[in-house]
Amino acid sequence: MEVGHLSDRTKIFLLLLPAMFIIVVLFFGGLMIGLMRSFNYMPVIGLTEPDLSAYISVFTDREFYLSFLLTFHIAFTSTVISSILAIGAALLLRRSFVGRSIVNFLFQLNLTVPHLVGAIGMLYLFSQSGSFARLAHEFGMIARPSDFPALVFDPYAIGIILQYVWKEIPFIGVIVLANMQSIGEDYESVARSLGASKWQTFRYVLLPLIFPGVLSASVMVFAFTFGAYEIPAILGANFPAALPVLAYRKYTDVDLAARPEAMAMAIVIALLSAVMIYFYVRYSRRRIRG
Amino acid sequence: MSTAESIPMRSFRVLTGVVLITWLVLPLIPLAIWSFARGWFYPDLLPKTWTLRAWEYAMSDTAGVLDSLWLTIGISLAATVLSILVGVPAGRALGMYKFRGKEIVELMILAPTIVPGIAVVLGIHSVFISMGLNNTVWGVILVHLIPTLPYMVLVMSGIFANYDPAFEAQARSLGASPLKTFWYVTLPAIRPGIIVGGLFAFLVSWSQYILTLLIGGGRVETLPLLLFNFATAGRNDITGAIGMIYILPGIIILLLTAKHLSGRSGAVGGFGQI
Repeated sequence: MEVGHLSDRTKIFLLLLPAMFIIVVLFFGGLMIGLMRSFNYMPVIGLTEPDLSAYISVFTDREFYLSFLLTFHIAFTSTVISSILAIGAALLLRRSFVGRSIVNFLFQLNLTVPHLVGAIGMLYLFSQSGSFARLAHEFGMIARPSDFPALVFDPYAIGIILQYVWKEIPFIGVIVLANMQSIGEDYESVARSLGASKWQTFRYVLLPLIFPGVLSASVMVFAFTFGAYEIPAILGANFPAALPVLAYRKYTDVDLAARPEAMAMAIVIALLSAVMIYFYVRYSRRRIRG
Repeated sequence: MSTAESIPMRSFRVLTGVVLITWLVLPLIPLAIWSFARGWFYPDLLPKTWTLRAWEYAMSDTAGVLDSLWLTIGISLAATVLSILVGVPAGRALGMYKFRGKEIVELMILAPTIVPGIAVVLGIHSVFISMGLNNTVWGVILVHLIPTLPYMVLVMSGIFANYDPAFEAQARSLGASPLKTFWYVTLPAIRPGIIVGGLFAFLVSWSQYILTLLIGGGRVETLPLLLFNFATAGRNDITGAIGMIYILPGIIILLLTAKHLSGRSGAVGGFGQI
């Protein structure tokens, strides 16, 4: 118990041990088992010869490509739209105006509302018998629900993207706003006094300064939107389904032979998030230290 | 000239502010209305009959909503307490010491905050089956540690980076035991970090869906699972009531911690998971 007599190395080791144990066993263990099973390799249950059959059937399946493209489209479009609007919102919140404290409060409120609740809200707003369809009917724009454009369960995943934009503007927004506040306005004043226009000041002074913060937040958003299950499960079309939904379906298929295929899809998602981690670490090393 | 420019500019700000406010509250409005509605059919803009039936159902002992609520609170509390117990020491190591391999340790702790749950949970599930942990509350609590623990460690390492261990040395030299030193010196100094990190770890666990669904096997029915089931079954009124109950802890935590929620705090990163 005499902690003071331990060397620093022992102390660090003991302090980190429980957390590293949990992360290595649960997180990396889960990844490793998934990887092994995706190769049909599991000595414990007698599978001793790894093969590529799961990957072959995944990569020769048209549904997988459609699903991958859809998921990439969802993640990419949501991330780009959210980032741009979040920068706009942060610029707005930087100055005082009537209602700023309300926007601030709602920003924080939305951070605490789970994605699932937002997804159900979007369903009630944008489905063909939802609030907007009813409004359109009220103004005589549509006669029956099927006249209203399909914004949920639709092939372009508009409902899903709307939900992510709703949820991620505040997330990226608070990070960008804090970034702007710690940078201050001195650099911009100098640029303005040297004759730069408002746009030039934003484009060549402020944007490069906040860019690393925007990028690290965007990377988190991209990885999340690529791997989330419940939002496309509520708002998405049946075919093609988003990759996490497809992986879950394969995993829970009555045909147990589909499980290695589900694992292979999980590995595809993990590889893509590994690329995201690379970008995150590259642009946000200092954020990790708090 | 500058005043002529600033009036349209100001009204533009107010206008975009109004649009933003509307957009931010919009999805919650039909949920709230549905919880008090009965047979709210197309094309009615508002329900014809208002009723408390969905709330009575949700609050009744037989519906299982309250059981699910207590279960969810229990799981999130347990995941939070475990995250604090394990995360505080790790945060101390990362915040106060420089050592070889530190970058790799940080990377390993950071990874679960970016890699989606579905990518790891399928592998965990097939191991938990053989350990008898699937379909159990303990299995669900354990798997919730994957998103909550990294987050707690990151918050605590930020706290310990600004912490002066000299006070501990003084207490020790005055004869305090290690336990007393921790209780009377260390804990008060790091308590704000533990509270904020703990509250947000609670919210991260509170919002988990796919981890609970797979490891709980549908038997551990937390509030988000119940909400999903009612939503996909088309019971909009009960979905509305459960949805309102489900977002309540977040609002309470927000009111308790509003001042910590600026993006400058490392805590905000955890919201990527909710």
